[in-house]
Amino acid sequence: MLYREAGDFKTSYSLDNQTFPLKLDRIVFYLTLAVAFLVVPLVINDYWASAILVPFLIYAIAAIGLNILTGYCGQVSLGTGGFMAVGAYACYKLMTAFPDVSILLHIVGAGFVTMVVCTVFGLPSLRIKGFYLAVATLAAQFFLVWLFNKVPWFYNNNASGQISAPERTVFGVPLTGPNTEAWAMYLVCLTFCVASAFIARNLTRGSLGRRWMAIRDMDIAAEIIGVNPLTAKLSAFALSGFFVGISGALFFSVYLGAAEVGESFGIDKSFLVLFMIIIGGLGSIFGCFAGAAFLVVLPVVLKFIGVDILGWAPDLVAHLRLVIVGGLIMFFLIKEPHGLAQLWRVMKEKLRLWPFPH
Amino acid sequence: MKLHTLLTGAVMASLVAAPAAADLVLPDLSYRTGPYAAGGIPFSDGYQDYFSLLNARDGGIGGEPVRIVECETGYNTEKGVECYESTKGEGALVYQPLSTGITYQLIPKAEADGIPIHTMGYGRTAVKNGEVFNWAFNFPANYWDAASVIVNYLKDENDGDLNGKNIALVYHNSAYGKEPIPTLESLAESEGFTLDLLAVDHPGQEQTSQWLQIRRSRPDYVLMWGWGVMNQVAIQEAANIRYPMENFIGNWWAGAEHDVTPAGAGANGYKSLNMTKVASDFPVLDDIKTMVHDEGNAAGDGSNVGSVLYIRGMYAAMLAAESIAKAQEIHGESDITPAMMRDGMEALEITEARMAELGMSGIGPEFSVSCENHGGPGMGVMQQWDASSGTWTSLTGFMDSDTSVTDPLVVAASKAYADENGVTAACL
Repeated sequence: MLYREAGDFKTSYSLDNQTFPLKLDRIVFYLTLAVAFLVVPLVINDYWASAILVPFLIYAIAAIGLNILTGYCGQVSLGTGGFMAVGAYACYKLMTAFPDVSILLHIVGAGFVTMVVCTVFGLPSLRIKGFYLAVATLAAQFFLVWLFNKVPWFYNNNASGQISAPERTVFGVPLTGPNTEAWAMYLVCLTFCVASAFIARNLTRGSLGRRWMAIRDMDIAAEIIGVNPLTAKLSAFALSGFFVGISGALFFSVYLGAAEVGESFGIDKSFLVLFMIIIGGLGSIFGCFAGAAFLVVLPVVLKFIGVDILGWAPDLVAHLRLVIVGGLIMFFLIKEPHGLAQLWRVMKEKLRLWPFPH
Repeated sequence: MKLHTLLTGAVMASLVAAPAAADLVLPDLSYRTGPYAAGGIPFSDGYQDYFSLLNARDGGIGGEPVRIVECETGYNTEKGVECYESTKGEGALVYQPLSTGITYQLIPKAEADGIPIHTMGYGRTAVKNGEVFNWAFNFPANYWDAASVIVNYLKDENDGDLNGKNIALVYHNSAYGKEPIPTLESLAESEGFTLDLLAVDHPGQEQTSQWLQIRRSRPDYVLMWGWGVMNQVAIQEAANIRYPMENFIGNWWAGAEHDVTPAGAGANGYKSLNMTKVASDFPVLDDIKTMVHDEGNAAGDGSNVGSVLYIRGMYAAMLAAESIAKAQEIHGESDITPAMMRDGMEALEITEARMAELGMSGIGPEFSVSCENHGGPGMGVMQQWDASSGTWTSLTGFMDSDTSVTDPLVVAASKAYADENGVTAACL
């Protein structure tokens, strides 16, 4: 009744193949974008930016990156934290080496550096798969963290081993450093996030995405029908690395402002992003956003309900959070292995028929 | 996305509705969960209990009640930033994050927001130069003082000569653990000892290879910059390889009861620094027991009273309370702002008479803070663990650090920070 395709006629292939074939979907999508770009920056404050929206957007970019690799191409990676660190350190080195170049270019540059690193670590995927590949990427995670701790060049010989983002402006508005306004942080992350989602969505709909999915579903069959596993797998690693690198660069420069590799980009980060795409939905761009929102917003909401409304001790709430998040992960794995995105799809199917399901 | 926007709206509405309270707000960025909770819990208990005592006994400070806002960071920088952003709007007077990583993050933010930060014996050492870091304080001592005090102690042990000695540093592989390295390297050069660096990665449960190396090279002394579960593991490993405990010296974050008790009798003789007097019989603790704990207002489970880190948390609270009183005196207002708090901290003076009056005679050295020196006198006590009685005993009084070594390093480090961030050094 509310949500239907009757009367929504497609007269060309391009109309039929668009991302949101239903009119209502398109309206909701453009409304969301309009609110995100035009309304939220006007009302956002420091707390909303730093605690919820900026981390949500940055993790969504990281989840998009990992989803390309794991969800679309079927290559399990536990190296996301390490690759985010590559993005962060590349951004730091570029920022300090070329202070006059725009920070936006540095963030994109960090994406390209990570792309190269990720491709190199993707080489073993041509020989090994499954658990063994997971272990190889795990090695990348530990190697990269060790490297950034060990070689002082990466942190400009700073005695503390920390990297900290100096102030950089775009059109006179600071984007990094302590004087950054909440709306500036939010808008730059939102722009990168929307651009990443747009690129990723269209790549996965095209021939490249179809090749990835063919490799994911059955690599031998894919090879027989003419998909080159070398280019398919390595391009997945490269593009995944690009997005993960951008998220790492934003995470360090815009969000945290200072970072320590072991603490900010440890193995926990790899698992967090992996949980995001598992909960959100493997092989779905919407799932990246759903999963990131779930894991970023849920702890804050739990804390808000537990500490601020119910007045419980903060440590009790922190422990409860672990229990609840863990329980929900198990619940989703058992009840809906395809994640929130599948839940959303099922709901949409039901809504199309509602209220006359027969 | 839609669900997210809904949630955002709902929570935003309820936050806007929260009333602004007119009392002295002190955020406590504590950590009662995770691998560093063993240290975070007693410190936070001591910090909160002291303010509860002031509220119960004196009706707050200068007639204004104190309100503690606790926020769990888990020693994690991201959560630390979230806690900072969520509490600063309530009129927070001073932040004490008890984490060097979070401190590095907060120093520029707090300076931009005009809120003082007090990092007692941790954080960024260069903060001592108050002309560059107007809003950050690290009195009464810092890491470089700690390194220098330990080396001074070792010099006394060895008749003033450390030539040819081999000292190993086991450190937490983070900004915290790396802080003392420049000082120790410069001391190694001037005193003629060799320094081996052994990094332990977060969280510090895996140290077999480091202690295998120590077993092989048998350094004359092992120093430790550890925190949380890393301390317990290191002391256990040292006991396992039968390293002589009296030559194993921790800094003041690696010398609490919970660090040594897991190793049992094996930890007997372990030494560490302390920045407060080694005692658990301060009269103020009786007040806390009767007026806070017996009333059922204890922070945590109330089992930590008198432990090393409880005393240190209480000491930190006392310094904050005295700064508030000083700020009220300077500005003649009882409901002070963070900017007034900063003035109070910069004019803080702690005397033995005042400490005795507060029921904590000799808990720390006498000192006064100035714009040029935000770092206090930089003194430490050497203490030793007696496993049979389960107590720390002090081996020395408050020992001086070698300012001829640390001061030039502070000047150089703060100048580097000022150049990097475009700060012009000046007093406010």
